[in-house]
Amino acid sequence: MAKSALLKSSIGKKYWMALTGLFLCLFLAGHLAGNLQLIFGDALKFNQYALFMTSNPAVKLLSYLTYLSIIFHAVDGILLTIQNKKARPIAYAMNNPQKNSSSASRNMAVLGTVILVFIVTHMVNFWAKMHFDEKMPLQTVRIEVQPGMAQEFYITTAGGYMPKDGVELKNKTDLIDINAHVKVGEAYKDLHKITFAFFKDEKYGLIFTILYVLAMGVLAFHLLHGFQSAFQSLGVNNKFTPALKTFGKLFAIIVPLLFAIIPVCIHFNFILKH
Amino acid sequence: MSSAKNININLKIWRQKNAKSKGSMETYKLDNVSTASSFLEMLDQLNEQLINEKTEPIAFDHDCREGICGMCSLYINGRAHGPDTGITTCQLHMRMFKDGDTIFVEPWRSKAFPVIKDLVVDRSSFDRIQQAGGFVSVNTSGNTIDANATPINKNDADKSFEAAACIGCGACVATCKNGSAMLFVGAKVSQYALLPQGKVEAATRVLNMVRQMDEEGFGNCTNTGACEIECPKGISLENIARMNREYLKASMK
Repeated sequence: MAKSALLKSSIGKKYWMALTGLFLCLFLAGHLAGNLQLIFGDALKFNQYALFMTSNPAVKLLSYLTYLSIIFHAVDGILLTIQNKKARPIAYAMNNPQKNSSSASRNMAVLGTVILVFIVTHMVNFWAKMHFDEKMPLQTVRIEVQPGMAQEFYITTAGGYMPKDGVELKNKTDLIDINAHVKVGEAYKDLHKITFAFFKDEKYGLIFTILYVLAMGVLAFHLLHGFQSAFQSLGVNNKFTPALKTFGKLFAIIVPLLFAIIPVCIHFNFILKH
Repeated sequence: MSSAKNININLKIWRQKNAKSKGSMETYKLDNVSTASSFLEMLDQLNEQLINEKTEPIAFDHDCREGICGMCSLYINGRAHGPDTGITTCQLHMRMFKDGDTIFVEPWRSKAFPVIKDLVVDRSSFDRIQQAGGFVSVNTSGNTIDANATPINKNDADKSFEAAACIGCGACVATCKNGSAMLFVGAKVSQYALLPQGKVEAATRVLNMVRQMDEEGFGNCTNTGACEIECPKGISLENIARMNREYLKASMK
């Protein structure tokens, strides 16, 4: 009985909701640290980071855990919401819930659904391009080889430069010498360029920026209730709870705010140049 | 008492003939209600008026009318036990309302609390949860040990006593957006788990009580905290956290 209780019971489902939620909070902090590099203007460093995040085995394991957590958190949330709706088949003719609870705490399912839609579109726009897009641009640099004559080079992962017209591409990033037909290096996928193009798009850049900022607002409200709530679900309610609540509120405001600042900076050209 | 005056009010009250029939909100007008009267006295006054009009009086639960039995159970103007805090419906007074007010009166709404008639709901699901584990197995046949023979930490005793203040009225379920009974079950689990006498059966108690709670069709806690605010006895959310801890401990065994 005990084992099934941890999966199927009302309290068991709450444990999983809390654990996956807290893991996703850690993911948010990590993801934010990576994203903040975008406003410091060094495209190569950002692309190196993007390559590391998509190839390092430990990071890969963490990313699979993140996908699983998102799916589990969403499915568990849907199951709990269905049960909760069933628990009150007839609604009150007059209800005054604002007198006893915050609107964020009462609307976690709605906020969560908006976040899920955001995650899917966000992954289509960036994650899927990074992983699967055949036409994913590679990072190049224009170097003046002789006075008045500039040439375009790929930057290789080994730290060198390969003239763009001297190589052809294989497997998305492999650089093959057109004469010798051997692999001479690997180029960086230019996620930095994709991101800037997305938020600076002439037609839709402003709309994308606004939608992103709104999504972060929704995330803030979700975290405002979710962070401390997770600890309560796991049975942590003691003398540290007031401090934990304050930390949760700060986390819920600061993390989404910093995320939201990035596309705004990109769109309005507030990039810190070296 | 000198400040008492009479007010005229409109009432919108849930009427339902029996458990099987479909109910609806009905409108009533009641004049000359003293602001010194209690909410239940106001309903008594309305029922007298209905009896004089040869209509069926409104059925509602009440017993001690002193705020300690947990029998009264009305959802008034969108809140469990009405607009005042820390009280049961019987302790709500008409001075909380103004002349000309329209007051909504509904039964507790929960799948696990089916309406029997009008404003009366069946709360025997709470009894079944209690029977599943809300007790200590003590031999009482003539050899009962003095309660003070076992020393108990004052802090634990106080917390246990606070949890034991739960009168099982069901306001927590009624006010919870998920119709969750976790404040009630949390209080009942805590009351025993905090005491040495209750620790012996702690694991089976929490597993059985939660299983029964789920079977009865109560919803899940989403930590909105509404129950704690509306509870007439001020039962703390700490008790839900304690139940969650106890449940985790028991499930790992």
